[in-house]
Amino acid sequence: MKAAEDFYLPEGLPIPVPEADGLSAPFQAGLREGRLILQCCGACHRFQWGPEWICHRCHSFDMRWKSVAPVGTLYSWTRIWHPTHAALQSRGPYLAVIVELAQADNVRMVGNLIGDVHQVPQIGSPVHGVFEQHETDPPYGLLHWVVP
Amino acid sequence: MSNRTLRGKVAVVGIGETTYFKHGKSPDPEFVLALRAILTACQDAGIDPRDIDGFASFSDDRNEPPRLAAALGVHELRFSNMQWAGGGGGVCAAVANAASAIVAGMAECVVVFRSLAQGQHARFGRSQPAHTISGDLALQIPYGAMTPAQRYSMKVIRYMHDHGIGSQTLRAIAMASYHHAQSNPRAVMQGRPLDEAAYDASRWIAEPHRLYDCCMENDGAAAIILVSAERAKDFSNSPAYILGAAAGGSFRSAASSANAPDFASGNFGILAPRMYAMAGISPSDVDVVQCYENFTGGVLMALAEHGFFDPAAANDFVTMRNLTAEHGALPLNTSGGHLAECYMHGMGLHVEAVRQLRGQSPNPVANAQVAVVIGGPMVTPASTLAYGSENTL
Repeated sequence: MKAAEDFYLPEGLPIPVPEADGLSAPFQAGLREGRLILQCCGACHRFQWGPEWICHRCHSFDMRWKSVAPVGTLYSWTRIWHPTHAALQSRGPYLAVIVELAQADNVRMVGNLIGDVHQVPQIGSPVHGVFEQHETDPPYGLLHWVVP
Repeated sequence: MSNRTLRGKVAVVGIGETTYFKHGKSPDPEFVLALRAILTACQDAGIDPRDIDGFASFSDDRNEPPRLAAALGVHELRFSNMQWAGGGGGVCAAVANAASAIVAGMAECVVVFRSLAQGQHARFGRSQPAHTISGDLALQIPYGAMTPAQRYSMKVIRYMHDHGIGSQTLRAIAMASYHHAQSNPRAVMQGRPLDEAAYDASRWIAEPHRLYDCCMENDGAAAIILVSAERAKDFSNSPAYILGAAAGGSFRSAASSANAPDFASGNFGILAPRMYAMAGISPSDVDVVQCYENFTGGVLMALAEHGFFDPAAANDFVTMRNLTAEHGALPLNTSGGHLAECYMHGMGLHVEAVRQLRGQSPNPVANAQVAVVIGGPMVTPASTLAYGSENTL
């Protein structure tokens, strides 16, 4: 059993699960295994994010999944102070970020920046990923980011 | 091609709103608020509500035209229209849809309305309780990027970084709204002036936005009545003619998980030029602007994208003085807008734009001939619309 301080945000927020049609299931299964798996078109071999059933570039339905190194650059950020969910009432401020992944056709991901919550994030900073596992029902994984 | 325009073909002849309340404080249910606003607008126009034959709204308004038409005893319902998605971004689109129906001969007299009672229904700025989440939300909510303030602030931080814009511009936008609200008896924040010190001392919501940078949430309703330009001449109010409108989004502007190519924008890069082209005007022709404030950063981007200033000059241009009705080169949100009059999802901005052209605003801009309303910065679809007086036709 992990303690609350093992998590960037406390448990109690909605748990990410695949859609009824299973579109994002490979991504979420990857996070549980500590791997970043993103959608890549089998026809034009370009990455696409978030997941969709069709490639927006070539309209192929042959959308595949490819493992990607969890490294990127900081695209934007915000420090969130006002808690809008009961689970965050006593958390205090936290950092949400957008990370751009050059090795995956510059797709962007939303996450958290771990470390000092009062740091001033620098747009363009290199960041790397840190996986966080939650043994809830159902269990889930998250991908956080840190400035090395 | 010259035929395919809204320019000068449709006019607003009636405006109405209910008393505006803080969220959850309306004594009336939402449907009653909608009825009251529609009846007030009909009274202002001088028409029998039974002669309305079309209804248009946006943002999944819960008060459906079939029920409204039955309740009002409308003789014939010909147009029952909902603009999909985009939250309040559809507010100008709904007006444009109504105008399009009139131009195309699908209806004669259309009311565009929005009604909100958040005691009866849920608030926008709170996370909804859920045990699990999927789709695009599953890529954001588990990271605490849950509400519009939290997600859109990342657009604004990036935009301000790219253009070297300081947060004093956001303060100026907030203070202009509060300033205008002080002389507006309809404004929820009348009697609650805002100065620089109070703004600077206010708490953060999500950086770069403080409390006063975020819209209120309110109960109330607002409505406007549209008829053809030919019919508009028969009404006692000076018609506010629609000059041009545009709605939608740029390439993949709604791509999930912050993947819009033009992410750090208000989403008006394409829409504003389209609107100006239809209206046959340029930014310098605009006398007064009502811009949807979800957050002041969205206003900043939307105004720049409408060509009122270059982003590189924002720090010099976007001052409180420059945004006021009395002194400004760009009078903005002259009723108090969403920050200080009422957050009626942009419908109140249309009412105020029409008041400006009639000379009835609580903060009149001298000789206002062209008024622009901007709906829902940062969302898709967003929308924008220009009204003009008879002199502009």
